[in-house]
Parts: sequence; structure tokens; C-alpha cells
Amino acid sequence: MMPLLTMKKRQKLAMVLRYVFIIVFAAFALFPIYEMVATSLKNEVDAFSIPPKWVFLPTFKNYQEVLFEGKFFTYFYNSIFVALTATVLSVTAGALGAYSLARFKFKGKKLVVLGTLLMRMVPPVILVVPIFLLYNQLGVTNARMSLALVYVALNLPFNIWVLRTFIMEVPKELEESAQMDGCSHMMTFRRIILPLIAPGLSVASIFTFRISWNEFILSLVLTNRNTRTLPVAVSLYLTDTGTEWGKITAIATIIAIPAFIFTFTAAKSLIMGLTAGAVKG
Amino acid sequence: MSSLSLRQKSTPLMFLLPSLVIMAFILLVPIIMGLRLSFFEWLMRDISKEPTFVGLRNYIELFKSDNFRTSVLVTIRFVLSVVVIEIVAGLILALLLESGLKGMRFFRTLFVLPIMVAPVVVGVMWRFMYNPSYGKINYLLTQLGFERVGWLSNPDIALTSVIIADVWQWTPFVFLLALAALQGIPKDLSDAAVVDGANYMQKLLRIKLPYIASILGVTAILRLIDAFRSLVVIFNLTYGGPGVSTEVMSLHLYKSAFVSQRLGLASAIAVLLLLLIVILSLGLIVSNLKNKEN
Repeated sequence: MMPLLTMKKRQKLAMVLRYVFIIVFAAFALFPIYEMVATSLKNEVDAFSIPPKWVFLPTFKNYQEVLFEGKFFTYFYNSIFVALTATVLSVTAGALGAYSLARFKFKGKKLVVLGTLLMRMVPPVILVVPIFLLYNQLGVTNARMSLALVYVALNLPFNIWVLRTFIMEVPKELEESAQMDGCSHMMTFRRIILPLIAPGLSVASIFTFRISWNEFILSLVLTNRNTRTLPVAVSLYLTDTGTEWGKITAIATIIAIPAFIFTFTAAKSLIMGLTAGAVKG
Repeated sequence: MSSLSLRQKSTPLMFLLPSLVIMAFILLVPIIMGLRLSFFEWLMRDISKEPTFVGLRNYIELFKSDNFRTSVLVTIRFVLSVVVIEIVAGLILALLLESGLKGMRFFRTLFVLPIMVAPVVVGVMWRFMYNPSYGKINYLLTQLGFERVGWLSNPDIALTSVIIADVWQWTPFVFLLALAALQGIPKDLSDAAVVDGANYMQKLLRIKLPYIASILGVTAILRLIDAFRSLVVIFNLTYGGPGVSTEVMSLHLYKSAFVSQRLGLASAIAVLLLLLIVILSLGLIVSNLKNKEN
């Protein structure tokens, strides 16, 4: 007969089971990323050998080839330019707009808030055709700045929305006393609001940078050989060569570097941004 | 006096102006242009010519088209599968990590990583994993004594492969939200249940799940909207193939515009997709407002 487990033993068993489950999940979450990074560091023989080589001598040959052949640095520069420009402009405009929506009452405010919430959901693919035509008419396709401007707009709804919740948590008395001392709205905004919502600004910046750095479909349509960004470059590599996995995984790993950095240095901001909206409402 | 009150009135607009101008120019105008264009026939190669007005012909063509109908069905299968799997798996993961576990913060950080990775990179990664001859998934299967699977070449399986990649990336998102919701349960509520002698299952069904239900609902709608929007992973993993077995609506839209070159037809698909997402978003906003009231 099976002896009944004591309470303590059952708790211990439950704990062990929980760890087993979590480690399986974690392995599933990490393995594809590990596989990509490992492949980028393998030579061709090791990358394709069956059974796979779990222990191998890392080589930077793929990175050397990717970095110094072709137009890697052009694409890299384009990606950096577009992502940084979009981040600075979108967070600045977003903070100003958020201040207006958090602190003032005016006609049509509800419409703006609802419109912003809806805009947040618009799929980029819906904008591809009309923006392509619009830019074509204006003669501004294939310019880095034009692409950056699209990302400014795409990220604005989220930025306005996140920054508004941060501004609403700033006590009003602080601004009122500043205004009694003769500060204009702009001065109160810059001297009092901005420093106090720094955590919100970092959430907005990280998310804008991440989306602009990662974005693919609009960049594919709105850029040419000289202005394309890294995600488009790697995708074309994938369809053109197909089997040069060492180089492809090397570029993919380079694209993923900001993601690694953000995850391990700013996990708190990321979780705040991801859960904002659903949890806080 | 009057100039002061005028300035007072124009201040909110001044702060809002940069955002409004950018959003109007890049989001609102293109959406309206797309809506208008959906009533025209316009070919990419005749872009210098004027578009021809065709009324509802694009929409009628879509409803009759097998390809479009397939793309709608593929989208629905994809969306429902990923949302259900991700909600269940994310919730289980959150319950496992919820309390009293060493290294919880470490694991929570770890699970953020897939969400951060660029969709293009996700496509590249999984394409390599699924590779028939040197991909690690088939290697693992053969080691375990199973047959090799044509993950990306078999039209009956390709959609499942796409679903797995999405589940990989977005289950952590559900996990994070569910975890935040679980940690928001007031402690006296669960303490009271313990005093009453409730076991784990009773506590889960009577206290935890009802408490986090509304947040879980919002999470489900957020995932639903995002799943309808998803394009880039599929674009790079299968490009809709084999055949049209993984061609979701957004990819069908892209191909109509840039492969078949039919800008009007593509705009009609865009309008339908947007309509769907607006309905879902309004649902989200309403349930969010309800949350606030509670």
C-alpha cells in the first residue's frame, strides 16, 4: 500500500515540480535565441553538422564578413539614424501632448483621447499603400527622415498615453506654486513635470526605439538600396542567398543586441510598459 | 484681460499641436486616402495615370475570391489558436512563478527576452530551427524516435509552425500581465481563504481566477488585436506558403499591392482589416473603462 505523503513532503514535491515546469518553459524560451547566436559563431562545417556540435570553437569569421563586405555600415547607420530620430521626436511631441491632455480642459478633448487610443491599434500594413502613394506624390520616398517620421507617428499614441498617466500622478500643488511664482506653462512643464516623469520618459524612449529599430514592412516599402534598415537587409539576405546561415544569423544577432541590452538593464521599465494599460487601465 | 484668456485657451492646443499635426498627416490622412482608394482601380505600374472609379467592385471581387476567403480562414485559425494557447500557457506559467519561488525575478526577466526580439529575427531564427536537414527540431524528433516533419514544406503543418513561433514570442506577454494581476490580489483575501480551510484548487477557482478575470479578458483582446495585425514573422518564415496555406489577411494585402500591383483591391482589404480591429479595440476600451469603475 502507498503510504500517504506527509504535508511537508507534498509541499517539497510541489516545489520540485514547479521548478521542473519552469525550467522546461525557460529552455523553450531561450533555445531559439541560443541557437541563433551559436550558429553565428560557428564555422560552416560546425553549423551544419549532424549530430550537432554542442561544443565548438567560436569564430568571428561570419561577423567579419558581414561587417566588411557589402553595405552593412550604411544599413546600420540608417537603422540608428531612423530609430534615434524617431525616439527623440516622438517622445518630445508625446510629452507635450500628454501634458495638454493631463492638465487642461478643452473642447474636443474626449475625441482626441479616444482617437489616440484607436490610432494605437492601427496595423502598420494598412498604412503601407497610402503612405507609399503620399510620399510618392510629395517626392520624399527613400529618405531616412521620411521613414523616421512614420515611426514618430506610429509611436505617438502609446507615448502620449503612457506619459499622460505619469503626469497625472504628479501632485498639482507643485505646478500651482510654480505658476504663482510667475512660471509660464512651458516653464512649469520643463522644470517641474519633465524631471518628475523621468521613469515614464525612459519607458516611452525604450519602446519607441525598439519598435523603430525592429520595424520591417514600412521600411521595406519606403526605402531603397541606400536607405534601407537592418531588418530589411537581413530579410533580403534570407531570400537572396538562402543558405548562408552563418552570415544571416550574424546580422540577426546584431539586430537583437539592443533587445538583449534593454532586457538585462531595464527589465523593470519594459514590464511597466508592457503591462501599462491592461493592469492599470 | 481678453488677450490673457485667449492665451489661456490656446495653451492646451499649443502643447497638443505637434502630436496632432504628425498623427493627422501620417495616420489619419493615409487612412482616409486608403478608404477612398478602395473604390478605385489603380495599378502600381500605371501609377502616373489617374485611378478609375469602380464603386464597390473591389469589395465584391474580394467576397467572391477564393484566395481572400482562404486568407480570412487562415487568419481566424491562426488568431484563435495563438490566443487560446498563449492565455492558457501564460496563466499556468504565472501561477507557477507567483509566489515563494527563489529566482522568480530572474525568470521573469528571462521571459521578457522573446517579446523584445525583432519579428524579422524571430522569422530568421525559426526558419533555421525548422530547416529540414540541419534544423534542431527535426534532429530532436529523430533522436526521440519520431519521423522527420516538413515544418515549412507541408501545407497541412506550416500554419502550426507559424503558430508555434508566435506562441514562443507572446506567451511571455500573457505571463507578465497575469503575474501582475495575481500579485495585485489583496493579501487578506487569500489569507481569509486559508483560514477557511480552502485548498489550492478552491482558492484558484473561487478567488484568484475571478479576481484576475477582467485583466485576463483585456489581455486576450490585446493579443487578439495583435494577432490580427501580425505579418512580419510569417513574411519571413513562410511568405504565406506553401501555396497559400499560411497567407494571413495582412500578407494577402501586401501581396495584392506589391505583387499583383492592385492598389485599389489592396486598399479594400485594408479597410476590412481596419474595421475588424476598430471593433475589437472598441471592445477593449469599453472593458477597460469597466475595469476602472470596479
